[in-house]
Amino acid sequence: MASLTPISRKPLSFVLPTTAAFGALLGLFVGTANGSALLGVLIGAAIVAAMGAVFILVLKNEQMAKWISIVGVAALGFFFAGLPGAIIGALSGWFFYWITYWLYEGRYRAKLLPYLTGRQVLWHYTFRTICGAIFVFLITPILVVMPLSFNAEDFFTFTPEMLRFDPEGYSLKHYRDFFTNNEWQRSFKNSLIIAPIATVISVSLGTLAAIGLSQSHVPGRRAIMAILISPMIVPLIISATGMFFFYSDIGNWLEGTLGLPKTFVGYVKVVLAHAVLGIPFVIITVTATLVGFDHSLTRAAANMGANPVTTFFRVQMPLILPGVISGGLFAFITSFDEVVVVLFVGSASQKTLPWQMFTGLREQISPTILAVATILVGISILLLATVEILRRRSERLRGMSPT
Amino acid sequence: MKTKLTALAVTTALVAPAAMAQEMTIVSWGGAYSKSQLRAYHEPYTAKTGVSIINDDSSAEAVAKLRAMDEAGNVTWDVVDVVAADAIRLCDEGLAMEIDADTMLAAAPDGTSASEDFGDLLVSDCFIPQIVYSTTFGYRTDLVGDTAPTEICAVFDTDAYPGKRSLEKRPINNMEWALLCDGVAKSDVYDVLATPEGQDQALAKLDTIKDDVIWWSAGADTPQLLADGEVIMGSTYNGRLFSVIEEQKQPVAMLWDAQVFDLDGWIIPAGLSDERKAQALDYIMFATDTQRLADQAKYISYGPARKSSAPLVGKHADMGIDMAPHMPTDPENAKNTFLYNYEFWADYRDDIDAKFQAWLAK
Repeated sequence: MASLTPISRKPLSFVLPTTAAFGALLGLFVGTANGSALLGVLIGAAIVAAMGAVFILVLKNEQMAKWISIVGVAALGFFFAGLPGAIIGALSGWFFYWITYWLYEGRYRAKLLPYLTGRQVLWHYTFRTICGAIFVFLITPILVVMPLSFNAEDFFTFTPEMLRFDPEGYSLKHYRDFFTNNEWQRSFKNSLIIAPIATVISVSLGTLAAIGLSQSHVPGRRAIMAILISPMIVPLIISATGMFFFYSDIGNWLEGTLGLPKTFVGYVKVVLAHAVLGIPFVIITVTATLVGFDHSLTRAAANMGANPVTTFFRVQMPLILPGVISGGLFAFITSFDEVVVVLFVGSASQKTLPWQMFTGLREQISPTILAVATILVGISILLLATVEILRRRSERLRGMSPT
Repeated sequence: MKTKLTALAVTTALVAPAAMAQEMTIVSWGGAYSKSQLRAYHEPYTAKTGVSIINDDSSAEAVAKLRAMDEAGNVTWDVVDVVAADAIRLCDEGLAMEIDADTMLAAAPDGTSASEDFGDLLVSDCFIPQIVYSTTFGYRTDLVGDTAPTEICAVFDTDAYPGKRSLEKRPINNMEWALLCDGVAKSDVYDVLATPEGQDQALAKLDTIKDDVIWWSAGADTPQLLADGEVIMGSTYNGRLFSVIEEQKQPVAMLWDAQVFDLDGWIIPAGLSDERKAQALDYIMFATDTQRLADQAKYISYGPARKSSAPLVGKHADMGIDMAPHMPTDPENAKNTFLYNYEFWADYRDDIDAKFQAWLAK
C-alpha cells in the first residue's frame, strides 16, 4: 500500500521509553531463567534504550545499525543459552532495530489515514497486538509438542542434545513405536471404524431433524430443538454416566436376547453414543444454512410432480450441502477426539485413540503420545485444507467469489 | 420361507463367532507393568490355550468402575489387577469372588500348598497375590551434592539437600515417613498415627517441606520430574525407578531406606457367568504358578509373591543384568523396610485423608 500520510521523525523522549519497554519484556524472560526477574527487566530496558540512543544520535546509519543490533543481541543470547539463544537473540536484535527505526522515523503512521488521532493510532496497533497474542497462545502449545515428539529419550524433556541441535538428540523411535505397537494400532483402527460410522449416522439424523424443525408447522419445535442440542450443553461427564447405564441395558438385551457377539455390541454402543454427541453440531450448521434456503423452490418442485424424497435429493440437498459437510466434519472430530464417553460406554476392545492417549499420559508419560498428536494435527490440517479447497472450487464453479 | 431361512442364516452367522470367540479382558496398570504381564503371562497363555487376551489399562479406577458395572449388570472384565487395599475393599463390598487358595491356585513344584507358599501375603479372601513392590525414593545423582542421601530423613532435610522433592498426593506413606523422621520409633508409628495429636505431628513435619514439594498422582510423574531435573528426589514405585536408571540411563539412584512394602495381585469380579468364571480361574491357575511369577521378574523389578519363586528369579530378559539385587525383597535392599498396614489404613483412611487434603489446601 502506498503511503497515505506524510511521515516525520519523532522525539527521542517518545522512542526510547517505548523500545526500552520491549527490551524489558525480553529481559524479564532471560532474567527469570537466570534467577532475578527484576534485574533482567532493568538490564534489558537499559541495553535496548542505550542501543537506540547510540543508533540514532551517534551512528546515523540504518543499515549498519541493523547488523550491529542483530549480531550484538545474538552474541548476548549465545552467552546465556548457546546456539538456540543466539538464534532467539538474532531475531530479537532484528526486532529491536526495526522497532527503533519504525518509531523514530514515524513509519507507523505511514499506512494509516491522516486524520487519525494519537489514541486511534495506539488502539490500531494495540488491537493487532492483542490479536497476535491470542494467536500465539493458541498455537504455541501445539508447536512445542512437535519437536518434542522427535525426542531420542523417553521423557517430555528438551534434552541438552536437542537444544544443541545435535542429531543424536533426535529420533523417529516414537513414530516407529506408534506404527509397530499393537495397542496403538488397535486403538487407531478402532477410531477409524467408530468415527466415520458415527458421523454418517449423525449427519443423516441431524440433517433430517434440522429440515423438520425448520418447518413452521411443527408443534413444540423450540422444545425439541433444545432437547436435541442438549448433549452439547450438558456437562459431558453427566451425559456419559447416563449413557453408561442406558447402553448397558441395551447391550445386555442385544447380547442376551438377540445373542449378538460381545465385541459387535460394544461397537454399536460406542457408535450410537458418539452419534448422539455429533447430532447437535449437524443440526446447528444445517439449520443455519436453511435460513437462507428459499422454500418456494420445494413448492416449485412439488408443482412439477416431484415427490418429497426426489425434491430433497435433487433440490434441497445440493443447496444445503456446505452446511451438511461442515456439520459432518464437526461430528467426525467430536467422535475422533472424544475420551469421556468412550471410557464409560466402551470396553477395552473398543479402545479409541484418545483413550489410549489418556491412559498413556497417566501411566507412562511416553513421547509416543506426542508423535501421535503431531500426526493427528497433520491429518486435521489436511482435512480442513481439503474441505476449504473444495468449497472454494465449488463456489468458483457456481460463479461466486470466494469469501 | 426364504426370508426366514436368510434370517436364520444371518443369526447363526452372528451367533457362531460368539460361541467361538475365546477372548478375555484383563485389567492392569499399563506401561512397563502391563508389558511384563503380557510377556510373562498373556503370551504363553494364548500360545497354550488359543484364548486371546485384551488388556485394559484401567486398574487405577478399578473400584469405581467395578461398582458401576455391577450396578448396570454388565461386568465386562474377567480378571482385574489391583493393589491389596483395593482388593480388600472390593471383597468387603462383595464385588470380588472369594478364592480358595488350595483348590483354585497351583501348588508349588515341591508340593507345598498354595496357601502356605503365599503365606501371609494372602491378605484377603478374594486376593491372589502376584508381586511385592515398594514405594521408595529416587534422587538425581548430579543434583544432590557430594554426599548422596542414604536415609529417608534426607527428604525432610532441606538444608543438606535444597531443591524440590516429589511426594504422592495422599497421606499413606508420607505420614509414616514424617513421623519416622520426627523421632518416632518404627514400632510405634501406627500407634502414634492413630491419635489426632500424632496426625498433627506428622502434618507439622510435612509442613516444614511443604513449599519444596511437588505432589504427584500418577506413577509416571516422578520419573518424568527426575528426568527433567525439576525435582532432586521423589517417591515412586521401585519398578519405575529401575526403568529410569537401567533402561533410560538417567543420572538417578535409588534410596533403599524405610521403603514401604505393598502387594499387588489379581481378583476375579463377582457375578461372572459360569463359562467366564471357569475361564478366569483357568487363567489365574496358570498365571500365578511358581514359574510364571518368577518369569515376570525378568521384565520388571518387582518381587514374586510366592516363596518358591524367589530362587528362580534370573536375569533381565533384554538387558541381561541380574534382577535379584533390584528386587525390593533382596536382603541387601530390605534391611530397613516398612510394611504397609492394611488394617490401620482401612480404619483410618477416610479421617486422615480428609485432614491431609485440608492441610494441602491451606
